[in-house]
Amino acid sequence: MDKQATGGVKAGASLGFCNVWIALNGHLLLQLDRTVMPGEILTVMGPSGSGKSSLLAFIGGFLDPAFEADGEIWLGEMRIDKCPPADRHCGLLFQDALLFPHMNVGQNLSFALPAEVKGRKARKDAIAGALQNIGLPDIESRDPATLSGGQKARVALARTLLSRPNTMLLDEPFSSLDAELRAAMRDLTFGAIRRASIPAILVTHDAADAEAAGGPVVKIGAPPAI
Amino acid sequence: MRIAPLLALAVIGLPVTAGLAGTVLPAFGFLPALGRETFSLEPFRELFAAPALGDSVRLSLVTGLAAALISLGLAGAFTAAATGTPAFERMRRLLAPLLAVPHAAAAFAFAFLIAPSGLILRLLSPWATGFERPPNVLVIGDPAGLSLIAGLVLKETPFLILLILAALPQMPTTRSRQLAASLGYGRMAGFVFLQWQPLYRQIRLGVLAVIAFSSSVIDVALILGPNLPAPLSVRLAQWMVDPDLSLRFMASAGAVLQLFVTMAAILCWIGLEWLGAVLLAGLRDRGLRFARDAIARAMAVGLPLATALLLILGILALFLWCCAGFWPFPDALPGNWTLRSWRSAWPRLDGPLATTMIAAIASTAIGMILVVLRLATRPSGRPPAALSRGVMWLPLLLPQVGFLFGLQLLAIRTGTDGTYGALILSHLIFVIPYLMIALQDGWAALDPRYERVATALGASPLRTFFAIRLPLMTNALLAAFAIGFAVSVGQYLTTVLIGAGRLPTLTTEAVALAAGDNRRIIAVYALLQTMPPLILFAIAAILPTLLWRNRRAMAA
Repeated sequence: MDKQATGGVKAGASLGFCNVWIALNGHLLLQLDRTVMPGEILTVMGPSGSGKSSLLAFIGGFLDPAFEADGEIWLGEMRIDKCPPADRHCGLLFQDALLFPHMNVGQNLSFALPAEVKGRKARKDAIAGALQNIGLPDIESRDPATLSGGQKARVALARTLLSRPNTMLLDEPFSSLDAELRAAMRDLTFGAIRRASIPAILVTHDAADAEAAGGPVVKIGAPPAI
Repeated sequence: MRIAPLLALAVIGLPVTAGLAGTVLPAFGFLPALGRETFSLEPFRELFAAPALGDSVRLSLVTGLAAALISLGLAGAFTAAATGTPAFERMRRLLAPLLAVPHAAAAFAFAFLIAPSGLILRLLSPWATGFERPPNVLVIGDPAGLSLIAGLVLKETPFLILLILAALPQMPTTRSRQLAASLGYGRMAGFVFLQWQPLYRQIRLGVLAVIAFSSSVIDVALILGPNLPAPLSVRLAQWMVDPDLSLRFMASAGAVLQLFVTMAAILCWIGLEWLGAVLLAGLRDRGLRFARDAIARAMAVGLPLATALLLILGILALFLWCCAGFWPFPDALPGNWTLRSWRSAWPRLDGPLATTMIAAIASTAIGMILVVLRLATRPSGRPPAALSRGVMWLPLLLPQVGFLFGLQLLAIRTGTDGTYGALILSHLIFVIPYLMIALQDGWAALDPRYERVATALGASPLRTFFAIRLPLMTNALLAAFAIGFAVSVGQYLTTVLIGAGRLPTLTTEAVALAAGDNRRIIAVYALLQTMPPLILFAIAAILPTLLWRNRRAMAA
C-alpha cells in the first residue's frame, strides 16, 4: 500500500484544491480553489472557531462527520480526497508534539520511517541522521516525557519528515513555544519544507507566523453567530 | 467490521431476551418440555398460596431501597466532604481492592465479625460487655433483614464511590467549590447545592443497579438474610432447584413477581428522588450556608472509612478462622494455629478452583475482545445510542432470577446446561457490562490526535490500533480485566443454574456451606474465593509502574 501511494505522486508534486468547501450546520466556513506549489507554504488565518483546522482535517482525511465538505484535492496527478487517510501521507504537526508516550524517541522515529528502508543498520542510520539534522544527536533511547518543550517539538518535526510526507499540514505548531524558541522552530520547519520541496498549509492566528512563512495568505471568515 | 460493535450487545441482549421469555411463559403454565402446552394462571394461584409470601416481598422491597439509600447517602456525603482533599485519593486506593472481594466472601467476612461469637464481641468481651459466653441473640439472619442490609451496604458503598470517582473529572469541581466558598457556603453545602444533581444524573443507572441487585440478591441473603421467611428471590431459587419439577411453574411465576417487586422498588426510588430534589431546592432557596460543618464533614469521611475498615477487619477474621485450632469465646485470638482446615478442605477444592479460574479467565478474555471491538469500531466522539446503552445496563437493572430461570430452561432444552461453553456465555452477560463501564471513559479520554498522527505517518488502521491505541490503553485494560475477573468469580445464581450442579465454583461451594456451621471450612472457601481477584487487582495496580518505569507519561 505504501509503495502504491507514494509511487503515484512525483517528488515535488503540488497540492491543488478544486472547488473545495467546508460547512457546519449549513453555515459555509471556507472555500478554496487554488494550487500550492512545491516548497510553498500557504497560510490560512482566521479567528478561533472559524473552522480553519477543519481544512487540515479534510485534507488529512480526519474530518468529523458533523461537517459537510466537498471538492477535489490533488497531489500532483493523484486525487487524494477519496484515498484512505493512511495512504495520503500528509505530515501533521500540532501545537502539542504528541510524541507517542509509550515509545522512546528512537521508536517514535522508527514508527514514521517507511518500511521500504530495510535492514537494521539502514534504519538506525536514518534515525540517527534525522536526530542529527535537528541538533539532538544520540537521544534515541530517551523517554519523550523527559524532553523539554522545544526538544519535543523538534523530535515531532523530525518524525514527520522521516515519514517522507507528500505535503505538510501545520496546525498552529508554534503557539505553545516561547518567543525565542518559536523563531528557531519556524526557521527549522519552513527550511525543511523548502528543502524537501513539498507544499505545506499553515493554519495560524499569529501574523508573525504568516510573515515568516513567506507564502500566500488566505483569510477566512468570522465564527458563526451564536 | 459492520457486526463487530454489535457482538457485545448480542451476547447480552439475546440471552436476556430469551431468558425473559423462558421465564414468563412457564409462569403462565406453558412449558412444552414438561408437557404443558396450554396457558393458565395456576402457577400464580400456587404462588400466592405460599405461606408468608407478603413478608418475603416486603423484605425484598425494603432491602433493595434501604441498601441503596444508605450506600448512596454514605457515598454522596463522603464525596461532598472530601472532594479536593488528599483523603479522596487515599480512599480510592483503599476502595479499588475492596471491589475485588466477591459478595459472598464479603458477607461471610461481615458475619464473622458481627455474630454473637464473632470477632467484635470477642474483642469487647469480657472486659467491656461482661460476656463469658456468646449472648443468645439472633444477629445474623434477623427477621427484619438488618444484617443483610448492612452486609449489602458494605459492598455497594465502595461501588458507588468508585462510580462517582469516575464521573467527577468531567465536572468543574474546583471552580464550583471556590465559588461556593466565596459566597460563604460550607464545603458540603456548596457541593450538594451546586454539584450533586449533575453528578447524580451521571451515576443514576449505577444506583438503580444497586436497587435491582439488592432487592433480588440471593447469595448474600443466604448468608446474612432472614430465613423464615426468606426474601422472595431466595425462596424462588430454592423452588427452582427443587427435584420436584412441578415447582418450576410456581418459581417462574415468582420470578415475574420479582420483576414487579424490583420495578416497584425503582418506582419508589424515583419518588424519593423527586422528594429529595424538592427538599434540596427548599434548603437552597432559603440561602442556608451550613458554614460550620466540621462535625458533619468528619462523620461523612469517617463512616465510609469505617465500612471499608469493617470489611478489611472481616477478612482478617476469615484469616484467623481458617488457621484456628481451639478458639474458645471470648478469646480474641485462637489458642493454637493449625492448617488442618486447609488439609481437610483441599481434596474437594481443586475442581471448584479450576472451574472458577477457567470460567473467569475465559469470560473476561472473551468479554474484553468484544468490548474492545465495540469501542474500537464505534464512531469516535459520539455517545452511544440510548438503545445500546440500555442493552448494556439491562443485566444489571433486571433481577437475575427474572431471566436466569428462563435461560436455564433454554440450556436444558439445548442440552448445554452443565457445560463450560454455556457457563462462560452466561457469565459474559454480567462481565461485559462491567468491562464496558470500566473501559469506556478511559477509551474516550485518549487524545484522538495520537491516532491521527500515526495515520498521517502512513500507518494502516490495524497498525495504528495495535501499535498506538492498545499500548496507550494498557493500564485501563489491566484494571478492566481485574474487574471483569472479579465479576465472574462472584457469580452465584448464574453458576448454580447454568452449571446445573455439575460445575461447582468456589462461590457456589462457599454459599452452600452457609447453611452448616463449620466456620473453619467456610473461612477457607471464602478466602480462596477472594484471593484470585485480589491478586489480579494487585497486578493491575503494580504492573503499570514496572512496565512503564522508563516512560514517565505512561506510569502516571
